[in-house]
Amino acid sequence: MYAGPAHIGTLRVASSFKNVHAIMHAPLGDDYFNVMRSMLERERDFTAATASIVDRHVLARGSQERVVDNILRKDKEEHPDLIILTPTCTSSILQEDLQNFVNRASIISDSDVIFADVDHYQVNEIQAADRTLEQVVRYYLDRCHRQEKWDQFLTDAPSVNIIGIFTLGFHNQHDCRELRRLLRDLDIEINQIIPEGGSVEDLKSLPKAWFNLIPYREVGLMTAVYLNKEYGMPYISIAPMGAVDMAEWIRQIQKNVNTLTLSSSNKRVDYEPYIDGQTRFVSQAAWFSRSIDCQNLTGKETVVFGDTTHAASITKILVREMGIRVSCAGTYCKHDAEWFKEQIQGFCDEILITDDHAEVGDMIAHMEPSAIFGTQMERHIGKRLDIPCGVISAPVHIQNFPLGYRPFLGYEGTNQIADLIYNSFALGMEDHLLDIFGGHDTKEIISKSISTDIDLIWNPESRIELSKIPRFAREKVERNTEKFARQKGIETITVEVMYAAKEASNT
Amino acid sequence: MSVKIDETLIVECETGNYHTFCPISCVSWLYQKIEDSFFLVVGTKTCGYFLQNALGVMIFAEPRYAMAELEEGDISAQLNDYEGLKKLCIRIRKDRDPSVIIWIGTCTTEIIKMDLEGMAPKLEWEIGIPILVARANGLDYAFTQGEDTVLAAMAHRCPEPEFSVRERKQTIQHFLTFHSRKKEELVEYANHPSLVLFGSLPSNVASQLNLELKRQSIKVSGWLPAQRYTDLPSLGDGVYVCGVHPFLSRTATTLIRREKCQLVAAPFPIGPDGTRAWIEKICPVFGVEPQGLEEREERVWENLKDYLDLVHGKSVFFMGDNLLEISLARFLIRCGMIVHEIGIPYMDRRYQTAELSLLQDTCIKMCVPIPRIVEKPDNSNQIRRIRELQPDLAITGMAHANPLEARGISTKWSVEFTFAQIHGFANARDVLELVTRPLRRQKNLEDLGRTTLVRKE
Repeated sequence: MYAGPAHIGTLRVASSFKNVHAIMHAPLGDDYFNVMRSMLERERDFTAATASIVDRHVLARGSQERVVDNILRKDKEEHPDLIILTPTCTSSILQEDLQNFVNRASIISDSDVIFADVDHYQVNEIQAADRTLEQVVRYYLDRCHRQEKWDQFLTDAPSVNIIGIFTLGFHNQHDCRELRRLLRDLDIEINQIIPEGGSVEDLKSLPKAWFNLIPYREVGLMTAVYLNKEYGMPYISIAPMGAVDMAEWIRQIQKNVNTLTLSSSNKRVDYEPYIDGQTRFVSQAAWFSRSIDCQNLTGKETVVFGDTTHAASITKILVREMGIRVSCAGTYCKHDAEWFKEQIQGFCDEILITDDHAEVGDMIAHMEPSAIFGTQMERHIGKRLDIPCGVISAPVHIQNFPLGYRPFLGYEGTNQIADLIYNSFALGMEDHLLDIFGGHDTKEIISKSISTDIDLIWNPESRIELSKIPRFAREKVERNTEKFARQKGIETITVEVMYAAKEASNT
Repeated sequence: MSVKIDETLIVECETGNYHTFCPISCVSWLYQKIEDSFFLVVGTKTCGYFLQNALGVMIFAEPRYAMAELEEGDISAQLNDYEGLKKLCIRIRKDRDPSVIIWIGTCTTEIIKMDLEGMAPKLEWEIGIPILVARANGLDYAFTQGEDTVLAAMAHRCPEPEFSVRERKQTIQHFLTFHSRKKEELVEYANHPSLVLFGSLPSNVASQLNLELKRQSIKVSGWLPAQRYTDLPSLGDGVYVCGVHPFLSRTATTLIRREKCQLVAAPFPIGPDGTRAWIEKICPVFGVEPQGLEEREERVWENLKDYLDLVHGKSVFFMGDNLLEISLARFLIRCGMIVHEIGIPYMDRRYQTAELSLLQDTCIKMCVPIPRIVEKPDNSNQIRRIRELQPDLAITGMAHANPLEARGISTKWSVEFTFAQIHGFANARDVLELVTRPLRRQKNLEDLGRTTLVRKE
């Protein structure tokens, strides 16, 4: 399973805000989210999510006062700004009127109380997170509007909101730091970053920013669209990942800044020199892909799979910036498949949209790429097939929360990605030596345990020849040769047949 | 100077807002234990997400468990449950050919009242593989109780004893006269009715316990569960049963009521004191005088000396999530630790009677008051108490472990006790290895200072 159940998305948003408490309407054991947050993120604070337990009694008589009591209790104990009542798969089918509990509780409690508008059977973790973030923002802006405490003025200096940085996101903390640095370089102030570390009380000043940045399209886009519709705020939804998209991202910022700067002033910004300097000298990636080291990667085949943002960006980086071939690119975000297809059109041979990891595994086994760039799932598939894998997207594992600085976005991100890609392949010289000396292992192939047919015979010479092929390519050669032999009706495989097969497959 | 000791045992009950694992997690150890089984969890994405994350990479090792993920159509009864499950089970039979398929019912199947128990026999007859149903859901049970529901379901499938007690005696005499090999065996074991132990243990721990009883010339005729489903022990009138885990109260009840077995109420073989008491309770049932147990226990304690020095006088707080708490607390008190609180999800006073009275005896022996036992604890209250008491060690779930560590409270992740080998004389060291690990780590890092790593609250 690539994307988790809906309530996980809501909890991720809730626990990213400061002083927001989530109460799950869930049976015992559904608070596994707290374990993930505490273990994966190595969170020092107690996760602000508790369960209002649904047990046998609730099943018989309904939650009655229980949910309201739990909300009021949290209100008294922790004084959160906001309490989000979160439904789970269980409460989705119980069909209790949770909204009613929320209404009742909100009259009494000092905290604001809302009911997360997500249905377990309609949306997944990612969609739920996107929705909940929008819901929270809308709630506070609407209220502010009603109370007419409205401060409509933009900030004096150009400023932005960064929307969509949150807990358990793939390298989100590092990306956030990198974005801050970039924006400082560009002389743009950050109005707010939400939801991570944000306070719901500050949400009312979101419209003071000049425009919004949505680094990952999975979460934050709904909020951006809402702010655009209601407050006319422009937004940039390009992920600043890879040198080419970085440049495009900065140019869009420039365009937005210049449109909004008063026409009278001549303080129009020009970021082109910055882009040029950064791309050529700060980021090592552009130079690296021209260095002779990287030549060896030319035309190597890879498979990319992940969420839409990361899979699309990495595919483009591999093809456009490093000259690597992408045999297949795919995403598990089925709800956003159209955008994905449009983005990587022309960058890869095949597109795969699925959330079934077995299907992805079969595709990889079939393609036999030199390297995979995918999620933890693909890393395990790669392990089994003996193909190296670089992890580029959630779902994540504790290894994806490195202590060191590892952004994927920005110019430092391009360096990190270049390292990741380069290190995932067998290194250049090593590759050659393997070719020349027949690999590290000098064990002869004694039995052909891999091939299924017994009617094909490899003569001794061809077997020796096969053993000279580096181990990682041996199976593929063996299979291609046998396939060729079978097509031609050859029974004994000789060295000649092997090379004939190789020639045939090259054409 | 005498210490005033409160000898009454009080079990308090709180709100039940505590963190624990969902009972479907039992699949993770049971599928490894029962080699020819297949577990099918009938639930939602939430269940799948939990299994995938809690069991980590195991999902890719082609394990013998799977999810039947219920979708909206299943919930609104637009799809036919029976046909859906049948298709899945036929595929399982084709791919895996298990000896038994175990359906794990979840919260969702409970709420939509999916009649798993009704469907199973019908489907079993159709596809020719036994199908068991265990309702291991979070509405009713916590964590290890999942195993309890599976074993209770399995108890029904244990074969009847081939001969009645009297007949068996005759057969034995028959063997005595004709087969010399059987005679040797009879010298090795006392002549007693059969004893079946229940509770899933790694096979080497199970054979350690078998051996322990063999020393007392008591023969263990079988285990529930056995290594293979096809090797389930015979149960019935006149068979004695004894539990090895404190969380198997349903199984015990089933064995007594439905299978007419005799339950040997004993403390659980956790820690050398527990193991000895366990054997001492079993022996008299079969008219055997326990031999050499005192020396054996003594030797184990001596062997633990280095660890005992570390834990002596240190205090522990059990937040409670796996029902092993009473036995572990009892062992740790005997080790010289002070237990502030024993949180426990569910307390079956009848099934745990012997364990509770051993706890009481241990407290008296060690001159400490009986710790408060809190059933269905409330985690936020507990955290408040932990802050007041500042125990040297909190045994807790992962959700609270890191936050507590950051506040300078050493913790031990409680789930490790479920997966570690803690039963019998030989494994007492492993329990202390776990308990002392945070204390040893703390000692190593002592000189660094900075024990609290959160900003002032």
